[in-house]
Amino acid sequence: MSTAAPYTTIIGLEVHVQLMTRTKLFCGCSTKFGGAPNTQVCPTCLGLPGSLPVMNRQAFDLALRAALALDCTIAPFTKWDRKNYFYPDLPKGYQISQFDLPFSSDGTLEVVDPKGAFEPRRVGIIRVHLEEDAGKSMHDEAAGTGDTRIDLNRAGTPLCEIVTQPDLRSPQESRAWLNELKLLLVYLGVSDCNMQEGSLRVDANVNLHIPQADGRVAKTPIVEIKNMNSFRSVERALVYEAARQWEEWQATKAEMGKTPKQTRGWDDPAGITRAQRHKEESSDYRYFPEPDLVPVTVTAEQIASIRGEMREPPVSLRKSLASKWTISAYDADVLVNQGRELVDYFEDLATRVGEGKVASNWMQQDVLRILNDTNSTVTAFPIRPAGLADLIGRVVKGDFDTSRGREIFAEMVTSGRPVDEVVASMGISAVSDDDVLALCRELLAANPKIVADVKSGKEQAAAGLIGQAKKKNPNVNPGKVRATCIDLIRAME
Amino acid sequence: MQPLEMSAVDLVAALRQGDITAVQCTTVFLDRIEATNGTINAFLTVDREGSLVRAADIDARRKAGKPLGALAGLPVALKDVLCTNDMPTTCASKMLKGFRPPYDADVVARLRQADAVFVGKTNMDEFAMGGSNENSAFGPVRNPWDLSRAPGGSSGGSAACVAADMAPVAIGSDTGGSIRQPAGLCGITGLKPTYGRVSRRGLVAFASSLDQIGPMARSAADCALIMETIAGHDPGDSTSLSVDVPRYTDLLDKPLSGVRIGRVPEHYAEGLDPEVAKGVEEAFAVLKAAGATVHDVQLPHAKYGIPTYYLIAPCEASSNLARYDGAHYGHRAEPGGHAKKAGGFESPLVEMYCRSRAEGFGPEVKRRIMLGTYALSAGYYDAYYAKALRVRRLIRQDYLDAFQSVDLVGGPVSATPAFKLGEKTDDPLAMYLVDLYTVGTNLAGVGGISFPCGFTKSGLPIGFQLQAPPLAEPLLLQAADRFQRLTDWHRRRPKAAGEVKA
Ligand SMILES: [Zn+2]
Repeated sequence: MSTAAPYTTIIGLEVHVQLMTRTKLFCGCSTKFGGAPNTQVCPTCLGLPGSLPVMNRQAFDLALRAALALDCTIAPFTKWDRKNYFYPDLPKGYQISQFDLPFSSDGTLEVVDPKGAFEPRRVGIIRVHLEEDAGKSMHDEAAGTGDTRIDLNRAGTPLCEIVTQPDLRSPQESRAWLNELKLLLVYLGVSDCNMQEGSLRVDANVNLHIPQADGRVAKTPIVEIKNMNSFRSVERALVYEAARQWEEWQATKAEMGKTPKQTRGWDDPAGITRAQRHKEESSDYRYFPEPDLVPVTVTAEQIASIRGEMREPPVSLRKSLASKWTISAYDADVLVNQGRELVDYFEDLATRVGEGKVASNWMQQDVLRILNDTNSTVTAFPIRPAGLADLIGRVVKGDFDTSRGREIFAEMVTSGRPVDEVVASMGISAVSDDDVLALCRELLAANPKIVADVKSGKEQAAAGLIGQAKKKNPNVNPGKVRATCIDLIRAME
Repeated sequence: MQPLEMSAVDLVAALRQGDITAVQCTTVFLDRIEATNGTINAFLTVDREGSLVRAADIDARRKAGKPLGALAGLPVALKDVLCTNDMPTTCASKMLKGFRPPYDADVVARLRQADAVFVGKTNMDEFAMGGSNENSAFGPVRNPWDLSRAPGGSSGGSAACVAADMAPVAIGSDTGGSIRQPAGLCGITGLKPTYGRVSRRGLVAFASSLDQIGPMARSAADCALIMETIAGHDPGDSTSLSVDVPRYTDLLDKPLSGVRIGRVPEHYAEGLDPEVAKGVEEAFAVLKAAGATVHDVQLPHAKYGIPTYYLIAPCEASSNLARYDGAHYGHRAEPGGHAKKAGGFESPLVEMYCRSRAEGFGPEVKRRIMLGTYALSAGYYDAYYAKALRVRRLIRQDYLDAFQSVDLVGGPVSATPAFKLGEKTDDPLAMYLVDLYTVGTNLAGVGGISFPCGFTKSGLPIGFQLQAPPLAEPLLLQAADRFQRLTDWHRRRPKAAGEVKA
């Protein structure tokens, strides 16, 4: 662990998330993923001569929602800037972004590990700003010509850039924080945060603070890591990079400021970071205010209306879920971390079952297990809360024991049929109280030794009766048999 | 009267009354273009076939009693900086040679909707950068009043075609004087509206915060007619103003009595041609006679107009013209043996960029891209661009202050009448000074109009300029129209162009 390491790892993240708008940031083209190349384009996102941008207010409002959820200060006046650079997937030769007056700044997002793997960490957000995405370059190596093909479907898609303070102290913590950020943005409907489709991208800035014998703290040069395509790669890249910087420090004693900031790309298969060309990092983007767009003003009323539409964020939902359903903070955390849909499912179930703890146990031990095994989501889960509540109710009532209940549950998942049908098809029938009584009398008569043992105070001897009861009637509830037998023996005295 | 000599207002009326058909009218102008364009070089594209089809369609609809637009059958020439989906749009640059936009500029769409007939696209300084039309990649335009002289620029083709009767009306664009200065040098009337009055969508951008489209015609009344069609809010241009469009033609009849016109003493400093000064003073006298009063006003920061303009415009241009990189459309250099070792390019991509831009752009465009790129670079931004923006605010404030005490500000359009072709081409700074009296209007975002107020002894037109507060186009047009009711300078036709006809 880093506490034992002779240095502290200092990490800041830069996250780009694609906003869930139907159309692009400055034109009416669709943002749908996966269309045939260059089919979702128009003069504006193609950067044709004479075309002009018009801001998509929905994108701005979604970005405001994200910034509010991150406790940012919202600027009453914000403007757009041009970031100038040449690249084939940037058809205008500049990206419309925000430079010195981002629409929001100075927020926080805390991450807590319920198992206490690290101390709760409140991470400062320097700024959140809006910008348009570039297109995609695809190097056509298959054709062997070395041609590059450009797809501009993505050009102009709204992106929210979230820049943190260097407040993170370990790769593990960074990954957990990213999970928390993703959870928040997905809860609020700001982004689907799908890394495979490029709707969430992370760059990390990392260096080491190394206490010196003279009390001074040496700081290694900051390295920006790019090309990480999962939170797992972020964690791995940071682990690698911290170790690499430590080695380099021991060899060179090079400190921050004496060498320029370096950009390194994460090579996932190789598990290493590689230095990228200097050219790419020393760009002068010649930012200046975008003259084709007017500044945006945000009023207190607009902020209030966006706040009013916002759903409860994970951090407060964990608390409210725990107190409303009297479940543990850990249980609430597990449920909330699965996403809004699962929480909705749970609350529906708990309401029907009438008891939060029982519903939570079934969710965690049974529903989540299936979801994980099948790598699916609760919205696609074949048993709806009403059906599951029916099953749980009968188990609670004692119609089936828990293990029988689980068998029925498994069959309900596979067949998608309700409890009654599954029970019938499995040949299970509920055993009446009279049948249980008759069975127990029969067993006691046949097992005088056990009866004597129980009489002498060894109640555990009754367990010997359960197996025999199950053989005679597999549908019988063992708990009920045990209780009935003991009651009958006591009554003999 | 012959169509070539008729005003746009009269032509539209004659077409409406059936005195002349759209095909007849279009043919007359097409023939005139055919006869004179070889000499004047005002048009880069002439759409004989398309315009005749359109004219025939208008005639057919008129015959069938179907409703027609306000300009039905009127021939209109478009500066080649306006996107047209049926004609090339080149900006007079090799970079966009043969480029066909897939869409119409908002102004073009409005004119089409009004049933105007586009006879062709007019020559200009490349990407609207210049004041003489000599920066066109397709050859300079000649001034119809003296074929050895420049028509001004950048809307030189639009100005010359109206002056030479090749079209009754042309559309131009004005970033620092590009409508008013050539209008002045060619003896026609040109209006630069308030920034945001006319949509810029589909106008190929030079300097986005300064560019504005406007009409160029023989009279203020004709400009008023065109403004009723092209002005108005466009949701596709965020900087377009959401303000109702007045009936400009109806407001022309208001008398000028009581209108206060400002006169800027600094305008008469050294450098102003005495014949121009005299013409301008006589124009003030005419306006006075029409009932206006004349008062001296100050524009204290006017002297910073040129340096301010030549920072802001190139900065925006350097970014606006970044898209012409050979990757997606326009000129692309052929790959040619400039391998890394031989040519010093760091990659084939960079080589393609550098050579496409080196080959596609002319010298003035390159000069301004370099100026702008330099001024926006880290370490220079505050000293140049940011400071220029501050001065721009002061200049705008000067105008707003002046308009507290006067309704209009009048003065010369250019310091001299039309200069010789080639006279200033070796001296970019001298060329930049041709915008001296016009850039202030753009920097302040207000409107201005230029119209002829006399001729030099050698027969060259002298232009007079009026500038007005934001959205005071009705007053600009009213004052210019009143002037034109009292004078006949705007009716004079150039002899040179007449000779060309023979
Ligand atoms: Zn688009």
